[in-house]
Amino acid sequence: MDRQQYAEYIKKISPKSKIGWSLVRAFIVGGLICLLGEGLGALYQMWLPGYDQTQIGSLVSCSLILIAAILTGIGVYDKIGYFSGGGSIVPITGFSNSITSAAMEFRKEGIIFGTCANMFKIAGPVIVVGVAVAMLCGLGYFIVGLFL
Amino acid sequence: MSTIYFQKQPRIVGWYSVAGKKESEGPLGKTFSRIEKDEYFGEKTHECAERKLFVTAIEGAIQAAGIEPEIVFAGDLLNQIVSASFAMRDVGLPFVGMYGACSTMALSLINAATFIEAGAAHTTVAAAGSHFATAERQYRTPLEFGNQRPPTSQWTVTGAGATVLSDTKKSPYAVTCATVGRVIDYGVKDVNNMGAAMAPAAADTLERHFINTKTKPADYDAIFSGDLGQIGEEALRDLLKERGYDLGDRYYDCGKLVYAVQQKVDMGGSGCGCSAVTLNGFIMDKFKRGDYHKVLFMATGALLSPTTCFQGETIPGIANAVVIEEVTE
Repeated sequence: MDRQQYAEYIKKISPKSKIGWSLVRAFIVGGLICLLGEGLGALYQMWLPGYDQTQIGSLVSCSLILIAAILTGIGVYDKIGYFSGGGSIVPITGFSNSITSAAMEFRKEGIIFGTCANMFKIAGPVIVVGVAVAMLCGLGYFIVGLFL
Repeated sequence: MSTIYFQKQPRIVGWYSVAGKKESEGPLGKTFSRIEKDEYFGEKTHECAERKLFVTAIEGAIQAAGIEPEIVFAGDLLNQIVSASFAMRDVGLPFVGMYGACSTMALSLINAATFIEAGAAHTTVAAAGSHFATAERQYRTPLEFGNQRPPTSQWTVTGAGATVLSDTKKSPYAVTCATVGRVIDYGVKDVNNMGAAMAPAAADTLERHFINTKTKPADYDAIFSGDLGQIGEEALRDLLKERGYDLGDRYYDCGKLVYAVQQKVDMGGSGCGCSAVTLNGFIMDKFKRGDYHKVLFMATGALLSPTTCFQGETIPGIANAVVIEEVTE
């Protein structure tokens, strides 16, 4: 076997992720997280009638972030993640988990050089890409606006 | 370089293995000298726990041997092999640090035997170990990060093993020859498929060993690879079949032996500790019970670092093979 043949051979014998079942699990868990968010939103709306939709949205996001951080701290979120994959990574709770888990992991190296330096290890690239894409979109929007 | 033959037949006079909770629940659980259920081993960090595994294994093996060794050969997976070297602060013996990734147990054993063969020492120690949590931190993601492991991934063994070699005739089990591995790279880039990356190196070492020693798989009671896992094992069998060797049912992979299928470890165990605890637990146990008389022990290593992976390099592999046999005189 040469390198090329070996690569094909390995691809053939390596087990693949079971996409169908993974999608179902991701859909259920991701959906439940969103449902929780909607439920919290409805509750806040009821309790705080003076708040507008944007403020309620921020409150819901903060609550979900807090819940996910606590679940990460007590060692539950990684189990949910193992079960649901993208279902618990994509929502804002996954973002919270990525920061909390890194912060916890590097706590042993101290607050500054451990936690502070490493807490955005996983989430950092997501933020950078998010900001960069937002800038590109904004620029596109601006240019298109010039001709309309 | 051809195979090294040890005329002095350095004897394995003491061995000791210490393993974690998950390993103790696997099929080899009963063969380990000591089980440590606490992942921190009573220490503050996982790194300290890994060092303590080393100290425990080395001191345990020395006690079992009943001879004070002159030098220790040991290594682990962490950067600058800190687990082995920091553990030596407590052990207090002259120390040579080894790095062969997960092939370190065999590499240490080869060096320990060579020192005796050269007359540089009468008694030597070879040791290797790893810890799941420290390896995850160095090579992968934080422990509490909620992602899914790809189905081709392996699980780093928490454990350490140590072997004491001596030029006395205190024991019938001797290291008789060894083949040092070549670094082989078949272009595998997937860090979650280490078995595939290491199998070509394992095939190369085994083929050279069989040719040099004029032996075939059937001449050994058992042949062990270190941590190829399910994919690597299958690939090694097929690569060797291509070269005219059928490994048959005498071949086992320590990575596949150490955990049961229901333990959710995907392709099996890995890490320096994987082959170290299997050798100093299961394999030496079998020798003692008389089930084995001649074994080919080959630990396999993937020589990558997180930096090389991110820079898009492929993963080179290495495999070091040692023959352990029961000698009459």
